[in-house]
Amino acid sequence: MATSWQEMLDLGARPSAAPEPEQGTEERRGVFRRLRQSLSKSRQALVEEIGASLFDRIDEETWERLEEALIMADVGVPTTAEVVERLEQEVDSGAVSADGEAVRERLIGILAEVAANGRGPIDLSGEPAVLLMVGVNGTGKTTTIGKIAWHLSKEFGLSVVLAAGDTYRAAAAEQLAEWAKRAGAELIRSAPGGDPGAVAFDAIAAARARGADVVIVDTAGRLHTQGNLMDELAKVRRVIAKQMPDAPHETLISIDATTGQNGLRQAQLFAEAVEVDGVVLTKLDGTARGGIVLAIANELGIPVKLIGTGESLEDLRPFDPEDFARALLAE
Amino acid sequence: MFEQLSDRLQATLSEVRSRGKLNEGDVDAAMREIRLALLEADVNFKVVKSFTKALKERCLGADVLESLDPGQQVVKIVNEELTGLMGGTGRELAFASKGPTVILMAGLQGSGKTTACAKLARLLGESGKNVALAACDVYRPAAVDQLVTVGERAGAHVYEQGTDRDPVEIAAWALDQAREDERDVLIVDTAGRLHIDEDLMAELAKIRKRTKPHDVLLVVDAMTGQDAVAVAESFAEAAEFDGVVMTKLDGDARGGAALSVKAVTGKPILFASTGEKLEAFERFHPDRMASRILGMGDMLSLIEKAEQQVDESQAEDLQKKLESDRFTLEDFLQQMRQVRKMGPLSGLIGMLPGMGAMKQLKNAEVDEGELDRVEAIILSMTPMERANPAIINGSRRKRIATGSGTKVQNVNQLVKQFDQMRKMMRQMVSGKMPDPQQLAQMSGGTPRPKIRRR
Repeated sequence: MATSWQEMLDLGARPSAAPEPEQGTEERRGVFRRLRQSLSKSRQALVEEIGASLFDRIDEETWERLEEALIMADVGVPTTAEVVERLEQEVDSGAVSADGEAVRERLIGILAEVAANGRGPIDLSGEPAVLLMVGVNGTGKTTTIGKIAWHLSKEFGLSVVLAAGDTYRAAAAEQLAEWAKRAGAELIRSAPGGDPGAVAFDAIAAARARGADVVIVDTAGRLHTQGNLMDELAKVRRVIAKQMPDAPHETLISIDATTGQNGLRQAQLFAEAVEVDGVVLTKLDGTARGGIVLAIANELGIPVKLIGTGESLEDLRPFDPEDFARALLAE
Repeated sequence: MFEQLSDRLQATLSEVRSRGKLNEGDVDAAMREIRLALLEADVNFKVVKSFTKALKERCLGADVLESLDPGQQVVKIVNEELTGLMGGTGRELAFASKGPTVILMAGLQGSGKTTACAKLARLLGESGKNVALAACDVYRPAAVDQLVTVGERAGAHVYEQGTDRDPVEIAAWALDQAREDERDVLIVDTAGRLHIDEDLMAELAKIRKRTKPHDVLLVVDAMTGQDAVAVAESFAEAAEFDGVVMTKLDGDARGGAALSVKAVTGKPILFASTGEKLEAFERFHPDRMASRILGMGDMLSLIEKAEQQVDESQAEDLQKKLESDRFTLEDFLQQMRQVRKMGPLSGLIGMLPGMGAMKQLKNAEVDEGELDRVEAIILSMTPMERANPAIINGSRRKRIATGSGTKVQNVNQLVKQFDQMRKMMRQMVSGKMPDPQQLAQMSGGTPRPKIRRR
């Protein structure tokens, strides 16, 4: 069963939260199909490597080829080694029978377990709940915010305020304004080059004044290695916390599915600067496999919470570890 | 950039280098390490496989194992192979002999196309070309606005028709305009697209057909993982790109994508985008980059940077001062400022031979704030004090500390350090290398560039 938005959001005591519209089996299947389709390329590639035949005979070559396949999916050497070693040990000790299907199922189980490390809902219990979006340039922050705002507003009936905290990139606020219009959210912005902390501050003040449910703060994309820009981000967070003591209630980092091992460094350094709670894995509709999120969950304990599988509004979905593992490996 | 890859390779190679004799087992072990290092650097798995295979064959050649210094030979071979993998000595853009040269930019969403367009426009504008941009990304909200803004900053005219027209038509129209306005170069920005999106890839092929670009450049994010190859292959098919622009190379990405794309498509990396500013865009030099990965330093780039910033007559003047021992704190200040103009010091350190291998400098970040402090201290001195630091007594130190907002100890240390530096320079001018002890001593006291290990 896929994880639903309802399960992925902790709306606290908010009574106004309308339940997610009941999804018919047809639609449900549609969602599955989309995820499968979008993961199918990764699947194809992985299937080539892992193949139905991989577990037919289990020997040294099996493990080597499995290792290769996971590395090709950007899972990274340490996490790949760990997963394969675990599986190999369980097979050797007899805990898992050396039968192809059983080994494959166990592999899915282990991958899902790794992906689920640190898992929890997106905390929107605050009043207003403040969600801070961070990440490297071009990973899809603004688009993700637009889609989250749309879901919260259109499906849950929440009132949303967007803070255009990317005051650096040319036309970033215009891009967010477009999304605000589509989602029916209010936009708080400043002049280009303005102080992002001040924008966040004003947005929370506005949300409080109007009794809005959620504030989503956009920030400028920045490379995690740029010390001064990371300091600026930490300052935005401090300004938010000053305005509202437990805020931000949720900080999400967007990571592009095409990212390789550098994704681990991104998550690590952003987490050091602003205490990241979860990952939004974007652009999973290409041929990229997004295996780096396994490494991030495994090595840093930061779980994926949402995945972006396309351009349209409903292509932002809650992350489901088992679906992810299964879609990655299943036939 | 490339730091971790470089670290690993250097560790492996220094071990190999230290051996007097090598056998097949040694080479095997080294290859395993190199393979792992490249994989961790996101070099495509298949590229790694064939790379290490070719490498091993060469390293096991009789002329290597039986040579006097087999370790050194292996290092040389790895360097050559890495350079070859990244594209030899590089390539220039193809300019039209008459009429506007058309450069078409393509890539995935978020790879940095729009910014790269503006940066390229600025770079070409610098060399005296009249450059214009065509805004053909009609899909991403506000993409046209972004190009107009950054284009203006880059000093390039932007041809745009909003977002309601077909991008193919806009591109054709922009080319007509560029011809009419007698532009030298037209850079066509396109929407980011997934390489598996057939409709958009077909549109890209159409833009290519209509504008007949002299160069098609694929913009690739340096942080891309194993998928870089699939992306490059698809774009090669639809857009027949001629070269690559690597973006976000200023991060700590290990740059495996850079290594893979050339290997798989045969298309060289022409430019590297290395920072937020419009100026942070340079020609990519594969040979230099390979040396840098191996810790051999990128002296050529460093010298070029220095040439841009350092006034030759000033340099000669300095040389004379050093020889005659008239080097003052004022000169020191000028020197420091000149070096800082070349960019952040941490970047420069990476270009020095052997520096990457120095433990304390590994992943080091020079605290520019400390340098500001040194500047402040010198600026708080009178001209006489700067010329002759020996006269700086207790009360002067107190005044300087107050003036510069530092502590008396900081002033003491700077004066002491400067004195040691002068002694060292005298030795260097007289042809003797300073002994390491002295060097260590010199960097022993603060204020010195503070090294923060990350």
